[in-house]
Amino acid sequence: MVTRVGVEVSIALADAVKLANPDVIAAYPITPQTHIVEHLAELVANGELDAEYIPVESEHSAMSACLGSAAAGARTFTATASQGLALMNEVVYVAPPMRLPIVMAVANRSLSAPLSIWPDHSDMMSVRDTGWIQIIVENGQQAVDNTIIAFRIAEDAKVLLPVMVHLDGFTLTHVIEPIIFPTQEAVDKYLPKNRFPLPLNPDRPVAMGEFAPPFIFTETKWAQEVALNNSKKVILKAWDEFAKAFGRKYLPVEKYHSEGAKVLILTMGSSGETASVAIDELRKEGMDVGQIRLRLWRPFPFKELREAVKDADVLIVMDRAISFGGPGGPLASEVKAAFYNQAKRPKVVNFVISLGGRDTTVSGFKEIVNKGVDIAAKGSKNEYEIYGVKE
Amino acid sequence: MENYALYAPRLVNKEEKFTPGHRACIGCGEALSIRQAFKALDRNVIVINATGCAEIFASQLPYSNWELPWIHTLFENTAAVASGVEAAYKAMRRKGGNLPENTKVVAMAGDGGTSDIGLQALSGAFERGHNFTYICFDNEAYQNTGNQRSSATPLGSATTTSPIGNKSIGQFSWKKNMPEIAVAHNIPYVATATHGYPFDLMAKVRKAVDTPGPAYVHILSVCPTGWGSATDTINRQSRLAVQTGVFPLYEVENGVYTMSIDLPKLRPIADYLKIQRRFRHLSDDVIAQIQKRVKLEYQKLLEKVNVTKRTKSKSKTGSRKAPAR
Repeated sequence: MVTRVGVEVSIALADAVKLANPDVIAAYPITPQTHIVEHLAELVANGELDAEYIPVESEHSAMSACLGSAAAGARTFTATASQGLALMNEVVYVAPPMRLPIVMAVANRSLSAPLSIWPDHSDMMSVRDTGWIQIIVENGQQAVDNTIIAFRIAEDAKVLLPVMVHLDGFTLTHVIEPIIFPTQEAVDKYLPKNRFPLPLNPDRPVAMGEFAPPFIFTETKWAQEVALNNSKKVILKAWDEFAKAFGRKYLPVEKYHSEGAKVLILTMGSSGETASVAIDELRKEGMDVGQIRLRLWRPFPFKELREAVKDADVLIVMDRAISFGGPGGPLASEVKAAFYNQAKRPKVVNFVISLGGRDTTVSGFKEIVNKGVDIAAKGSKNEYEIYGVKE
Repeated sequence: MENYALYAPRLVNKEEKFTPGHRACIGCGEALSIRQAFKALDRNVIVINATGCAEIFASQLPYSNWELPWIHTLFENTAAVASGVEAAYKAMRRKGGNLPENTKVVAMAGDGGTSDIGLQALSGAFERGHNFTYICFDNEAYQNTGNQRSSATPLGSATTTSPIGNKSIGQFSWKKNMPEIAVAHNIPYVATATHGYPFDLMAKVRKAVDTPGPAYVHILSVCPTGWGSATDTINRQSRLAVQTGVFPLYEVENGVYTMSIDLPKLRPIADYLKIQRRFRHLSDDVIAQIQKRVKLEYQKLLEKVNVTKRTKSKSKTGSRKAPAR
């Protein structure tokens, strides 16, 4: 029997972690991630989750402890946001080439300065090139599901890479949503035991993290790139089997009224649901517009994106971060790269929206779509526009 | 004593877990200290190694000088990585994982990785009480990158970032007292050691690893390359550091201080300073200043030994005479 319960998304995500039965959680509190780690600490304190909770003294140490834990062969989880992700950045880079399957929830939040605790994607973009698998969700159910899925992907012998599950701070972490929790039995069936192939073990000594002189460094990076690209097959299979077991299907690029539509809007994260309402209204008003949502940020789903956009003339890309002095938003820049060498490509129009938690409403999205169509037709001297900025 | 000199070396474990063939400089005190430290241990050890000399000279892909499970990740996070390994073993063992028995976690770093950039992670790991041993191999500067000053560099030492000049005597600050910082965390075991006293070093490392909870061993490791001293006298330099009181050998077990060697009289520090190029510019005034400080610190240490001994014996008496309520 499927029951939905109303629960705060952070608590739900922590309960999903519990269902995955991790051995070690190392975390440092930061808004808006706190409710996730508080609930995990509580579960451990009550004996409901048998794990070591390491209350580390910084995010740098949180990720470092995760490296040690994963290297010892333990199922390992952490969560962070914003400044925390920035502080651990150095360590974030280390996990993928060392092939350590850590799962981390990131409650997306803007980066200082000025200080803001509210959501945007500047933190998740700052780790874009670290080599992690990055999944971004847009509601609580997706957060729960993909947390469980993340362990399965990360620990797959064909992958052995860390996975970030991104959920927008406050907009998702602090809202109560109806959630369907999978049963422990079903999760145990879906998620096999962690069998890290070469853990730190005195019975079978290994050396991990040696330094690489120029004669071999390039090969280590090549191997890392091959591993990340190959992970996509496993990600797709993990999502597929999740759909078979639990009935909810995820794809790297998800479509909403996009088939045949001439104008498409591309969203990533929680603003996608608001945008969908705008799409409904615009379609009711007779506009030929659809939406695509990016679920997988790394490895970037070039093939799926091209396929989803093949019929469109205009692609309006929503970014929640700025690449300063660059082409605008990081998502648009990726999208443009995906189409530059294609014979048929849409006009790409880029808006930066919702920085530091500012709402973009349904009417806002409608305005953006209309404006985007206009810019696509007439052109613009600007590479991108920051929607709603008071200049 | 004669018999001891004859037979004791034969009692030392012949097995090398840190094998020959590494790329350390000639006369490296750190390589010698590592070799001694791991001779004192069995094979049930996981090594967490910070970035630094030891990591660079013994772990170039695809080679390794370690016959133990070994991991290096970064510079400043060694104690945090060790926390993760320790917690992982604890959890997996509790949950019925098939793991070897009695696994020990030993983290190691240089003085920069310990008293500068890694201090926060180390303090956190001590405070949380992880069951691990942390060894600081102290060669008194960033020697891996070419002798830049650290907070463990002693006053007056010429390094590349505390050079001597018209307005500089070299290092401008006193050496940070790292063992005392460890003691301040109330961890069960803290010790100082140096390769010039190998049996003492091995006994302390063994004791540290056998202690449940966090243990800290601070090992002075002579660096002839950085210090500008003769490569064939590193053990003499190491012993002079102890005999002049510059680097006293002691243990702190559950807060109780014990001196490891009885020195009826300290040798003048000039004996130690004059054989190292890094100190050769020092004026008599500065040497006198250092001498004064070394004596003061040594005295403070002896007082701690006396005070904690007294407290220990008092508390014993006290417990016997606990008043009935």
